[in-house]
Amino acid sequence: MERHIVTDEDIDVLLADLLDLYGYDFTEYSRASLKRRINRLFVLDRFPSIAEFRYRLISDQDYLRRMVEEITVNVTEMFRDPIFYRTIREQVLPVLATHPFIRIWHAGCSTGEEVFSMAILLQEANLLQKSLLYATDINPRVVEKLRKGIFPLRQMKQYSENYMASGGKKDFSDYYTAKYDHAKFDENLSRKMISSTHNLVSDRSFNEFQLIMCRNVMIYFDKDLQDKTLTLFDDSLEKLGFLALGSKENLKFSVIGKKYLQLENKEKIWRKVI
Amino acid sequence: MAQSYLNNTYNLVVIGGSAGSLEVVLKILPQLKPGSSASIIIVMHRKITYDFSLSDLLASKTKWNVLEADEKQVLKHDHIYLAPADYHLLIEKDHTISLDVSEKVNYSRPSIDVTYESAADVYHSTLAAILLSGANDDGVEGLRKVKSSGGLTIVQDPKTASVAYMPQHAINKVAVDLILAPEELGNLINQLGYPKGR
Repeated sequence: MERHIVTDEDIDVLLADLLDLYGYDFTEYSRASLKRRINRLFVLDRFPSIAEFRYRLISDQDYLRRMVEEITVNVTEMFRDPIFYRTIREQVLPVLATHPFIRIWHAGCSTGEEVFSMAILLQEANLLQKSLLYATDINPRVVEKLRKGIFPLRQMKQYSENYMASGGKKDFSDYYTAKYDHAKFDENLSRKMISSTHNLVSDRSFNEFQLIMCRNVMIYFDKDLQDKTLTLFDDSLEKLGFLALGSKENLKFSVIGKKYLQLENKEKIWRKVI
Repeated sequence: MAQSYLNNTYNLVVIGGSAGSLEVVLKILPQLKPGSSASIIIVMHRKITYDFSLSDLLASKTKWNVLEADEKQVLKHDHIYLAPADYHLLIEKDHTISLDVSEKVNYSRPSIDVTYESAADVYHSTLAAILLSGANDDGVEGLRKVKSSGGLTIVQDPKTASVAYMPQHAINKVAVDLILAPEELGNLINQLGYPKGR
């Protein structure tokens, strides 16, 4: 079986279609990962040829949504990297607590597992009632999932372990109601969430925040797009605000790096000092 | 292929392994000589642990530089890059590393198949892929892709593997070029990266 059926030239054509017809610009995404995702979709949906793949994309709006959802990566989990969340709990929330009103932006939030994690931390610190969590993603479908607050029950054991490793003291199952094979999270947690589609490539800043979380999103961007996105975050962050990234992401060589100081424990959390 | 591979210059060696592969890697590393034309990427399945640094352990065994791979890192010769736990590692056309947290492949992240296939797409005949001990199917499809892109495919002799399943499966499915014992692998990598034409 030959797996790489979609060539680099085919990718260029498909990306041009996405941009020209729909305004989705993936041309500054890291190519190797994008190529693998497009190949995977091509095989998964059993297209006989690239021409038919392209025709479907051009003629079917619903397929566009599927394509955008499948070629971007939506893998996420609650309390992903528990030590990171412990650091948010112990070093970031006490600072946010001094504000009369807390605004947090989860950029590229996918299906919202990390947004719910943050809401739980805020609730446990008695800060949720004065907080707003803005959750945005490029995919309309994942934003819809986030609004429902329903996640697969089979993942709760892992999430509960992550929660405890992040310093959680309660019984994690207090936060959801299990029904059949899913877990519905407490509506008190989602009451403070504002969710919307937002494209980091083309959309602008829409507010000013004290904390921006964008984890494992920019690893799919090329250097220029990373710098553009970081500039957008910098424009959207208050002075002394926090920017939190994924475990393999870094501000060190970025265009805004000089204005930020990483927390001493070397978790991927930076504070805007200038 | 016979001995013709020795006339070729290799710029990248990707070593993939699962259960029982760490001990083999620890045998290979001390044999590596500096001055190679090649970089090495190691993709090993492992449990995520928070306090144990595999890259430090590997670095203590070799003269080559050992780094845990970061995104946008440029591959350099005489350097060893370790795929980080919980990320797939891919190679861009400009020989930089990309990381990816998409779905597991063969129940694995990092997946050996993902790195083999991506490396084959960029390095073609200057890629050598080595598959070691393991209890998983990961790496077999990738070896096929390396082979069809003109790269060299090497499998650890299953008789020497603490878990023979993975290398044996590769031998059954792909016409691999070489089947070698752990003791022979370090020397092979030295030969593959030895500057030719002088």
